[in-house]
Formats: sequence, C-alpha cells, structure tokens
Amino acid sequence: MKLVYFAWVREQVGIDEETVDLPDSIETIADLLAWLPSRGDEYAIFENAHALRAAINQEHVHHSEPIKGANEIAIFPPMTGG
Amino acid sequence: MADITVRIQSEPFDINAESQRMTGNDHPNVGALVTFTGYCRNEDGTISTLELDHYPGMAEREITRIAEDAAKRWPLDAVTAIHRFGKMETGDPIVLVAASSRHRRAAFEGAEYVMDFLKTRAPFWKKEHLTSGDESTWVDAKEADDEALTRWEKQ
Repeated sequence: MKLVYFAWVREQVGIDEETVDLPDSIETIADLLAWLPSRGDEYAIFENAHALRAAINQEHVHHSEPIKGANEIAIFPPMTGG
Repeated sequence: MADITVRIQSEPFDINAESQRMTGNDHPNVGALVTFTGYCRNEDGTISTLELDHYPGMAEREITRIAEDAAKRWPLDAVTAIHRFGKMETGDPIVLVAASSRHRRAAFEGAEYVMDFLKTRAPFWKKEHLTSGDESTWVDAKEADDEALTRWEKQ
C-alpha cells in the first residue's frame, strides 16, 4: 500500500511517502492509524488520530472507511489553504 | 453547464486577465462578476514568509468538485479558482476565486460558497516562517472555517 503524508505529518514521519505491507487485520483507516505507531517512534503522532484527516485515492474519507481497493492512502492535518 | 477553470500553480496569477476571460463579447449574458483574492499577510510584522504545501492531483480534483457544486446550486456562467503553492511573501496573492452570472446575487454567493469549501476541503497547508527567527509553525485549522459551511447546509 502506498502511504503519503503532508504538512506536519510528513515532517514528523520524515518522509513524503512509502510503500508498506499492511497486515490483513487492517480493514479501515481507523485500523491503519492505530497500527502505524507500531512502526517506530516517528510514527507516534498517529496515536492522536482524531487530529488527522485521510484520503483514499485522492478523495476525502472518514476514519471508518474500508481501505479495500485503495491504491494510495494520504494522511494529513486539517487543511489550512485559501 | 458553467465554464469551470481550476489551476494549481506556483507562479502568480493575473486577476485582470482572468476577469476579462470571464466577461465581454464571449460572455454576453454576464452582468455580474465577483472576484475574491486571498493575500499573504504579515500579522503585524510577525510573519516573514508563508510556505504552502499541497497534495498535487487531489487539490485540482477537490476544487473542481466544489466549483461544479456551486454551478449546480446557482445559475453561474463561469467559475474560476486558482490556488498557488510554494513560498509566499507579504502582499503576494495566494488564491483567486471568481464567479460570473447574469445577476449579482448568484455571483456573490457562488464565489463565497467556493471559497468557504475550498478553505476546509482543498488539500493545502500553510506554514508560517517568523520574523523573530523562532522555529516556523504549521497554521492550525480554524473552527470558524468549519462553522462557515453550516450556513450552506441550512439553506
């Protein structure tokens, strides 16, 4: 699975994107966010999951969204453009 | 269907050129054009530059979707939305939203709708570099921006 990060999520993790093998037990965005901290100290930010937004294949989704069929999952803070 | 133009770019935009493109002989039914321009401000001298991060691809798609929604809701002739990314200095234009219609009400409301949704749904993030030299910080999302959307839900 391709994961992409933006803004302070990218800075904390230290990379723009990565491809990871996800355990079969991960079915939703919420599952993914709960699993990411197990990857290392730089992933501790995902423990504060409610502060994060997600997109699957470049479309906004809720944390309850299934990730089946996703090619690209993005995780980022609330948006501050405009 | 309205003529929708969405551009995500690092270079500045030309408000007059965009306004002319949306009016004149090619748009004989346009009687009203509303443009909104968002600028980089220095917050009383505390901010030196802004840096705008964005999600390429999704930024275009999301703003296009918002512009299409506005065109379904109001009788708009054209909608233009241009959002810049990269480094901005005080006074630099960051975003342009323009809506044209036969009459002013649709143009005003259409432009405001696009801007309100763009603020909370378009994948852009601002980082402030401070004149004090202290560590730069990511801007926090404002609750007021989320609340602005409820206005459009009620109608």
